[in-house]
Amino acid sequence: MITWKGDYAYLLWELITKDFRIRYRNMSLGVFWSLLNPLVLMAVYTYIFTKIFVNPIPHFNVYVLSGLITFSFFTTSLVTVTTSLVDNAAIIKRVPIRREIIPIASVLASIIHLVIQFLLLTCFVLAAGLGMTLNWLWLPFVWLLEVVFLIGIGMATSALNVFIRDVRYVVESANVVMFWLVPIIYTFAQVPAEAKDLYQYNPVAALILATHNIVLEGRAPSMVLVSKLAVVSFATLLVGWGIFKRAEKRFYDFL
Amino acid sequence: MNIIAVQGVSKVFRQKKGRRLLRDHVRDIVSRNQPDGFHALRNVSFTVSQGESVALVGANGAGKSTMLALICGLATPDEGTVEVHGPLAALLELSSGFHPDLTGRENVMLNAAFLGLHKRQALEKFASIVEFSEIESFIDQPLRTYSAGMAMRLGFSVAVHCDPALIIIDEVLGVGDSAFQQKCMERIHELRRDGKSLLCVSHSIPLVRELCSRAIWLHEGSVVMDGAVDEVMGPYEEFMLNPHGLRGGLRGAALPKLGARASSTD
Repeated sequence: MITWKGDYAYLLWELITKDFRIRYRNMSLGVFWSLLNPLVLMAVYTYIFTKIFVNPIPHFNVYVLSGLITFSFFTTSLVTVTTSLVDNAAIIKRVPIRREIIPIASVLASIIHLVIQFLLLTCFVLAAGLGMTLNWLWLPFVWLLEVVFLIGIGMATSALNVFIRDVRYVVESANVVMFWLVPIIYTFAQVPAEAKDLYQYNPVAALILATHNIVLEGRAPSMVLVSKLAVVSFATLLVGWGIFKRAEKRFYDFL
Repeated sequence: MNIIAVQGVSKVFRQKKGRRLLRDHVRDIVSRNQPDGFHALRNVSFTVSQGESVALVGANGAGKSTMLALICGLATPDEGTVEVHGPLAALLELSSGFHPDLTGRENVMLNAAFLGLHKRQALEKFASIVEFSEIESFIDQPLRTYSAGMAMRLGFSVAVHCDPALIIIDEVLGVGDSAFQQKCMERIHELRRDGKSLLCVSHSIPLVRELCSRAIWLHEGSVVMDGAVDEVMGPYEEFMLNPHGLRGGLRGAALPKLGARASSTD
């Protein structure tokens, strides 16, 4: 076996920018599309939940947008990372790079969208008169934990998708279920008391709860919440890495 | 010094068709019908030393591309070992790593990263890569506007600028025009003079004769002959002209005879 002696940092950067360029090059409005989807959903949900099912959540548009952005960061990156190895089969069958770099680059590329969408949220936060606090510095930290979780789960799903091409459809269905397992259109307070503890172990729910704390209440997320997010994220990374390492020997045969 | 050492290598593809859906897995479990798999390579051994130029020849499906994949470290053998010393530039499907929506420039930088160049090296060599490919005026156009020949020019140009110790050529020069093919051949000869090894897979007998001093003939995953290019290419050409007449002979009595001759030339 030979080892690849290139520059992984440079390769990673090239892969991340490639993803971003490809996604926006064929769109006349470019990055704007990244903002349109959450804006439309925010408008629809805000209308329904302030005019039809009237609810007491203050600043509902900001509440729903912060949930939607965080949720769509998870779902879109999970779908792209799941197909990343199959999409890059030409590369895997040609260059002996470490295969992990493909799903990792895929997840990191979606951070760019998160940041763009978050700038939009910031505009709504300021318009609502909520203001920014020093606790916003927590945001990159909880995002980082979510990225660790996504890389872990993405390594497992992308590797499985090489052998069984239906995995991406399973992931898409799981995302639909996930929407109702996270506090986007309801609040954590409405979750049944006996389920509250378990609920926080879902890293996507934990990330949205933390974002609500930081953005709407201007306070730091609780240590319990952050530690749950960290524990589940790193455990997932470990398991995902293990699955990936076992599977990668047969990638060539199945791609 | 051996640059490649292949020792008793076998490779079995469990499925001839790699792509699988859930229903295929279910069918396997339900029918309990374990497929035997497809032997792409059976107990293949050879070595390539520093500065040697070797051709892998054989009919379609003989296992040449699988052998290259094992040497390049893209797949793992089921039995045996493959050792490679030093960096290699595989000219495998040159433009396959290119993305149609990226410009020539972006594709060059991305491919240089894949082939192991550092950022500084890639920037330094960029001008020379473009100059060699002779497509300066299209370099900022998306790759989907390129013809197959232009994409190949760019791919070849990036690959030969990566300073490899071993060059692997897999039937890639076909789409270039004759002027560029000539230029590629000169470049390959130049690299050979610098002491680089060459491993060449081709169906073009004149190309093999021009570039290589030794040939390894694979048939259905086994080595039939391994020797000086003139010695191997004669029987190989004869076989290719009449594959069905000889096939029975290859499987049967002729094989040990040819095998014995091969080991004596080593």
